[in-house]
Amino acid sequence: MTEMTGSKAYVKALEKEGVTHVFGITGAALIPICDDLLDCGIRYIPGVHEQGSAHMADGYARASGRPGVVQVTSGPGATNIVTGVATAQLDSSPLVAFTGQVSMSMVGTDAFQEVDIIGVTASITKWNHQVRDPARIPWAVKAAMYVANTGRKGAVLVDLPKNVTTESAEMDFEAEVSFPGYRPRIRPDPAELMWAARVLSEASQPVIVAGGGVVSAGAGRELTELAELLMAPTATSLMGKGSIPSNHPLSLGLLGMHGKEANYLVPDADVLLVVGSRFSDRTTGALAGFAPGARIIHIDIDRSEMDKNVESVIKVCGDARLSIRGLVDQIRAIRRAKGGNGEWVRKVEELRRSHEEPEDSDGVSGPAVIKAIRRALPRDALVTTDVGQHQMLAAIHYDVYEPGSFLTSGGLGAMGWGTPAAIGVKAARPDRAVLNISGDGSFAMTENNLAVAVDEDLPIVVVVLNNRMLGMVAQWQRLFMGGRYSCVKREYTLDFAELAESYGAHGVRAETMRELDAELRRAVASDYTTVIDVPIDPEENVYPMIPPGMGLKDILTEDLP
Amino acid sequence: MTPLNIISLLVENKPGVLFNISNNFRRKGFNIHSITAIAGEDLDTTRITITVRGDAHEVTKLVEQIEKMVDVIKVKRLDPLRTVQRDLALVKLHTADPLAQEEALETINRYKGQILDIKPDTIVAEVTGSVNEVSEFMRDVKNIGIVEAARTGITAIEKGWITLEGNQ
Repeated sequence: MTEMTGSKAYVKALEKEGVTHVFGITGAALIPICDDLLDCGIRYIPGVHEQGSAHMADGYARASGRPGVVQVTSGPGATNIVTGVATAQLDSSPLVAFTGQVSMSMVGTDAFQEVDIIGVTASITKWNHQVRDPARIPWAVKAAMYVANTGRKGAVLVDLPKNVTTESAEMDFEAEVSFPGYRPRIRPDPAELMWAARVLSEASQPVIVAGGGVVSAGAGRELTELAELLMAPTATSLMGKGSIPSNHPLSLGLLGMHGKEANYLVPDADVLLVVGSRFSDRTTGALAGFAPGARIIHIDIDRSEMDKNVESVIKVCGDARLSIRGLVDQIRAIRRAKGGNGEWVRKVEELRRSHEEPEDSDGVSGPAVIKAIRRALPRDALVTTDVGQHQMLAAIHYDVYEPGSFLTSGGLGAMGWGTPAAIGVKAARPDRAVLNISGDGSFAMTENNLAVAVDEDLPIVVVVLNNRMLGMVAQWQRLFMGGRYSCVKREYTLDFAELAESYGAHGVRAETMRELDAELRRAVASDYTTVIDVPIDPEENVYPMIPPGMGLKDILTEDLP
Repeated sequence: MTPLNIISLLVENKPGVLFNISNNFRRKGFNIHSITAIAGEDLDTTRITITVRGDAHEVTKLVEQIEKMVDVIKVKRLDPLRTVQRDLALVKLHTADPLAQEEALETINRYKGQILDIKPDTIVAEVTGSVNEVSEFMRDVKNIGIVEAARTGITAIEKGWITLEGNQ
């Protein structure tokens, strides 16, 4: 027990938790904390807008597997991170947000820069807490990290009134953190696993669907092993992309609204194993057409996801990695796994061949741009996306070889996530190439974060698929609203390449595939933040697509006549 | 009308916990019918009983969402057949008319109520019973003239050895 100010205790507690980076913007309520940050080994990365800082911390968390920390001031600082907090919560990313607050004596008086951020974030955090006693700061920091990064990971917010950071108290850094009602269940029930193993080994048309839980648990290798053991074709949700390498013979790619091979096979499965996915409406399509004949086995760390959207026969509650490991061992012990028969597995190859698009030689189309990015990047590069048509193009056409190397805002679908998230990813993995696949609408929302990439020497590449449209809405208007464009057109005076230059980044426009290939190669090799603006056809639709409300097999693959 | 579900909770006695729980009901579109809550003797925990109308399956899903809240220790949708439940009403009746007073006393007695206060023209009575009994009492005294009434709503506990914290 040592006496010190709340602010010093906060910084010390962060260090004790192994925090190496803090993203944020300062303000009146944070002056004591920022002073103490000078005297520690934590790297502070100043942002340009708190939303961007929160996305950076989220990107950092996803790329490092450790909680990402964002620290912002009271009032507007706190409200500005709301989108970042919700994004992390919906994608189960361990984000810890610390918000400054006015002193306790002024809380509740509508003081300058006071907002009830605990109330505001109640429904978008896994847990939030206002510290009212300086002596509780070490506990609160420890508890925030623990809750964010255990069980189903998520966003946590801790509110720090200014007087709590300036007052001194005896600090106990060893205080135990335990919540009587919070027992994150990690180990799956062996009996449930045994039952699941038995059903899986009897399946003749098994399919696996992997969600974000597989990526988050680092269970990609185990999943691939299980798929091979069962000869089970494996699809992924958007968040699960990369769970199985895209070029694996059993990989079915994306399932759902923009799925292809997976959409044809999943409804015909006799046993469907779903791991770490919450059966989002974008993944299942109309529920009636979702694997109607299959016995469904659901593995998830969050019990409340069982039967929430789709009813399963066998429910295994636990960590994806431990559960899959257990399944592999049990199935090996049974030794007579029927597995996908030859015909079933041959279907994968057939489907894949029938959906192969001819390579467009020189046209700058969405799919061609994504494939050029894949060609230019090293295998282990980390890619983020923004939200919209380019995101779906990337989900369909970008090949991922390592789990966790494709990061996207799947749940909230927050446009503007990709650029700041990529900067956070770079901070976590400075050894890797980091590239954000963006669109003009998304990029324009958070482009100011380029200043952080340049000034903090966290170089990223941003490729803007620029169709001068809010493209996904425009696509829906073309397909379902009789082609009436409303609220989607952008007649930019803004030049993205010049914009990048004024931030001190490198900005170029690529109008042919040859130019794009050259610019990508230069950018990836350069260690210099680069924006590549790629004009594409505003009328281009992303296919395949299932119209909203339709079943998995109701796939549109080309423009309606 | 959909049936009344009784949900029993044991939570940490901390500011904001009740808010977070009721916020979950709001989010799923449930309108809380009654809620009773009091801190335990140790002051570390709070026991809450909430009733809500709704389809049993939907309520079960809600209970699962609440169960995963960090500050919630236990939550359970109680089986009505294995549960005893009580509701308490405090009722102030207008009894200036001697006939009304006589009828009031007779009705209160019939429901085994207690007289808590008696004035020349008013009576305050306490009646405890199942939610239906208390509602019937309220209907029976309506004609006498209710000046004011307050009800606690349901508090409930399971029969036998079954408890919220686990079967014993």
